[in-house]
Amino acid sequence: MASTTHIADVLRRRNNRSFFERLAGGDEIAYSITLIAAVAILAIVALIVLELWTHSTPTVKTFGFGFLTSSAWDPNSGKFGALPFIYGTCLTSFLALLIAVPLGVAASVFLAEMAPPKLSDVLTFLIELLAAVPSVIYGLIGIFILVPAIRDYLVQPLKAVFGFLPIFQGDFYGLSFLSAGIVLSIMVVPFIISVSREVLLAVPTELREAALALGATKWEATWQIVLPAASTGIIGSAFLALARALGETMAVTMVVGNTPKITASLLSPGYSIAAVIANEFAEASGDLYVSSLIFLGLVLFGLTIVINALARILILTTTRRGMK
Amino acid sequence: MLVATQGQPVLNPAASLPAQAPAPKTQPASKLIARNINFHYGSFQALHDISLEIPTHRITAFIGPSGCGKSTFLRTMNRMNETLRNTHVDGELLLDGENLLTLDVTDVRRRVGMVFQKSNPFAKTIFDNVAYGLRVNGIRKKSIIDEAVERSLTHAALWSEVKDKLQKPASALSGGQQQRLCIARALAVEPEVLLLDEPCSALDPIATLKIEELLFQLKEMTTIVIVTHNMQQAARLADRTGFFLLGRLIELDDTRRIFQNPGKKETEDYVTGRFG
Amino acid sequence: MTLEISPRRRVINFVMLSLSGVCTVLVIAVLFFILGYLFVHGARSLNWNFFTKLPKPAGETGGGMANAIVGSGKVLLLATVVGVPVGFLAGVYLAEYSGKTFAFVIRYVVDLLNGVPSIVIGIVGYALVVRPMHHYSTLAGGIALGIMMIPIAVRTTEEFLRAVPNSMREGAMALGATKAQTVFTVVVPAAASGLMSGMMLNLARVAGETAPLLFTALGNMFWSKGWLAPIATLPVMIYNYAIAPDEDLHQQAWAAGFVLLLLILVVNVTARMIIARGPASSRR
Repeated sequence: MASTTHIADVLRRRNNRSFFERLAGGDEIAYSITLIAAVAILAIVALIVLELWTHSTPTVKTFGFGFLTSSAWDPNSGKFGALPFIYGTCLTSFLALLIAVPLGVAASVFLAEMAPPKLSDVLTFLIELLAAVPSVIYGLIGIFILVPAIRDYLVQPLKAVFGFLPIFQGDFYGLSFLSAGIVLSIMVVPFIISVSREVLLAVPTELREAALALGATKWEATWQIVLPAASTGIIGSAFLALARALGETMAVTMVVGNTPKITASLLSPGYSIAAVIANEFAEASGDLYVSSLIFLGLVLFGLTIVINALARILILTTTRRGMK
Repeated sequence: MLVATQGQPVLNPAASLPAQAPAPKTQPASKLIARNINFHYGSFQALHDISLEIPTHRITAFIGPSGCGKSTFLRTMNRMNETLRNTHVDGELLLDGENLLTLDVTDVRRRVGMVFQKSNPFAKTIFDNVAYGLRVNGIRKKSIIDEAVERSLTHAALWSEVKDKLQKPASALSGGQQQRLCIARALAVEPEVLLLDEPCSALDPIATLKIEELLFQLKEMTTIVIVTHNMQQAARLADRTGFFLLGRLIELDDTRRIFQNPGKKETEDYVTGRFG
Repeated sequence: MTLEISPRRRVINFVMLSLSGVCTVLVIAVLFFILGYLFVHGARSLNWNFFTKLPKPAGETGGGMANAIVGSGKVLLLATVVGVPVGFLAGVYLAEYSGKTFAFVIRYVVDLLNGVPSIVIGIVGYALVVRPMHHYSTLAGGIALGIMMIPIAVRTTEEFLRAVPNSMREGAMALGATKAQTVFTVVVPAAASGLMSGMMLNLARVAGETAPLLFTALGNMFWSKGWLAPIATLPVMIYNYAIAPDEDLHQQAWAAGFVLLLLILVVNVTARMIIARGPASSRR
């Protein structure tokens, strides 16, 4: 058949291509484009750091590192100090972890060790949906449902029992460190559960079986054998949650009270780094004001990077160890 | 599978040979000539000084225990090994007198087609699978592509089974059909040599038989090199058979001779099943 | 000697295991509570005006969020245009081209970008776009959200491309396809359904982001013309209305929250189902 030789001939002619023709054919171009995209990401991150750094220089020059330890925040008189915000961010995040870690680890134990795999998958799916709910919606729920509920049902009993502790003294108006901590805890618990469950599932089955075979109860096997084996990864999941909580903006802004104050009382309104940026950035006038807010952003950026890196290292070491 | 216990005499596979066309009197020209091929994965030398000739329009089979280098050598012949990191090949591979190690690599792979152990249809329609090789090589004209697809599927004995569902995804085909689709796909670009790397190892006996019949006819069109772990398949199909052991070509000769009267002790041990 | 488990150990076992179950139920209950409350309250506050009318000036009741719905759409479209191509191509680079060391660096930096708090991305959008152009704009909001989409786009792409069996790449190259042809005409199409789902999840994730928009897209009580004017978006509207001292606005915030969450959850469930049933998982 004439066309039989035709195709081979056509192809042979086409394949006598020079380097430049192949370049036009796309191989080197495709490679370069993907490489450029990858390098662009490096550039974007470098740009983020650079922008934050250059725009915060006025504050660094004016206050030096005293900015971080000063608690004065009075834009009208040009006084800026980061301490109330750093305090608020750390306090609310710490509260969130205090609630979310026990709850999340317990739930992940149930999902990984007890629930039948099918049920566990369905429940995990639902819990991961919880992580998809936007933060502004948590804020909405926080303002209109949680804060009134905390005021009506939680604060009175807390004050009655623990009222002697400084952390539960003073008046409660609703918006407070406590409210922010509780809303944050709901937001980060899905991360703790889903990562901890993965880590627990990576613990070799033989470990459990060995414990059970020696007469341990299910709980003893979990508490004494499985959880210690997974502990590094679980701590990692807590760090991951911490990084989330530190950077969380909207929900905190909506329920923390937005008052730059350092007090021991959890019932008092406070502020956080992210919240002060969200609230004041658009209206900030004057270089020093804007620059102080951006410097706060830089502090937050640094904080989350360190925590995230720690979390990743911890999670990687356990899942790797478990999987080998 | 031909796994014999030590020392027990086994049925010589050559005894079950079909009445084969008598070997041609004059040796046909060599399509592919390998000269002193050495191949390294990192510091491990997988092929030692392989020299051989592949005759035109014949089926050449490579046999040998797993890890003997037969697949590695096959993958050297269309330079597929270059897709792996940290490999090195030296020597000469002459395709019609040109050293294919120095030619444009996509051109080499177009001229020396390959069918793999596990069928690997693309996530495309049956038609697009067969047309793929033409399109990537720059043929756009629909009439040429249509004609070539039909011709290739016909040669691969698949046309009658799929002609009504060319636009269905290839994954809908059975395992044997998928492998024939991969053969059709390779045939579409009219390769001068067709390499097959254990093409039937994942197939049932009936699908295997179909592919063997197909290969037997295809040698009219192209030169075929097949790697197989199944000695009977080599005996049934091949005009010439090469035996590989530990990265060396022990011997390459007419199939009948390899199975009935091999020149080397190692070959005899292997084909009579005495090899561990 | 018998090694019976003492009653005390039995009780502890039972109590602790039950407790872990209770915690799970508690977390799930929170989810259903949020959904339930939003659905009931949001759906009740929802009416046709919400989708068709502009917001009313302060003090007047009624009005809707038509401009914010369109605004969210515009910002997300821009974010996709900015974030997905970069993320996708970088993911292709990691999966198909890169060596070890450089890939490690890229992956590390991508993780880093993923961990940057959203409010900081907002600052960057402000510094990069708003400040040089001297006004808030759709463009700034889109770029901010686009940067947020990059990390997930990279990871999704790399993961799904790696799930494509290597035999397909070899099959294509054995036909004389170049590397680029192999990647873009065989590997990427084979991963297409997973990639699409991943990008949908990615979009759903940034659709609810508020903080990066506060001082990039800002907000707008009217229709926003073109791409260089401030623009209203659903999440920012929810925030502004929720903290405003006005019962009518609160109702609208609930309605907007309902619409936003419904969209996000529908996309999430659909995409996750496609991924779960897709070729990547049936491959075994």
